[in-house]
Amino acid sequence: MVIRVKDPFATLLGLQHAMESVMGSDWFGGRTSGPGAFPLLNVFNDGDDFVVVAELPGVKKEDLEIEVRGDTVRIHGKKTIAQPESASVHRRERAAGEFDRTVTLPDDVDAAKVAAEYRDGVLTLRLPRAESAKPRTVTIN
Amino acid sequence: MVSQEVTPRAKRELAQAEERTEAGKFFSPYTDIHETDRAVVVSMEVPGVDKNAIDIQLEKGVLTVKGTIDSAKYEPLRPIYSEYNVGNFVRTFAVSTKIDGGGISATVADGVLTVELPKAKEALTRRIAVG
Repeated sequence: MVIRVKDPFATLLGLQHAMESVMGSDWFGGRTSGPGAFPLLNVFNDGDDFVVVAELPGVKKEDLEIEVRGDTVRIHGKKTIAQPESASVHRRERAAGEFDRTVTLPDDVDAAKVAAEYRDGVLTLRLPRAESAKPRTVTIN
Repeated sequence: MVSQEVTPRAKRELAQAEERTEAGKFFSPYTDIHETDRAVVVSMEVPGVDKNAIDIQLEKGVLTVKGTIDSAKYEPLRPIYSEYNVGNFVRTFAVSTKIDGGGISATVADGVLTVELPKAKEALTRRIAVG
């Protein structure tokens, strides 16, 4: 049976905000190289893989570009909102524009094996750890 | 064409008016509404919601849109860094224009739901030429 934490995200966010206030002093240096930019990211561990998830509603697949090098991932592109002509606007909350974000992962990843999936406005990147970054078991002679 | 940058915004979590029987968070999706001569068009950002998990209702002039996300894909993953929360979407609008209920259509593309509410005949704009 799997025991589920009531809300792992809220717990994690709370912890992170507490951490960030400490990090604010720049004592440790930020983990992301482009902090505070769009899109917001969630990073997961799945075995030896990193999984980076971002919500990009309204961004077309062809307007999205992903670059991976060493331990950094760059997500950039543009979001456009088609405005119909001769319409009166009642409410405008959605924002459009360009975005560019780079994050540094804790380890090098194998750029050739990175898999990207974009579905329902959610980008999921699966980044396998590079062979050189994997722990090695040493046998004792 | 576009030169400005998109700034990240925290998702707006819904202040609960009533208690819910299901677990999970609910967010209020960012929405654009515009009106043309023939219809009221509502576009909502509902990332992660499958088109089969969207429920649209128009009852007594109140439009309710609910989108449920599938959190199963997050279950085997261990979070190490988190900037946003994941949850369902729900939003309600009072529609002041008379709507032709039978003609409502909805599409989902890249996490954006577009609901087109065609105006009822009596609410259509009539252009009157000055004789």
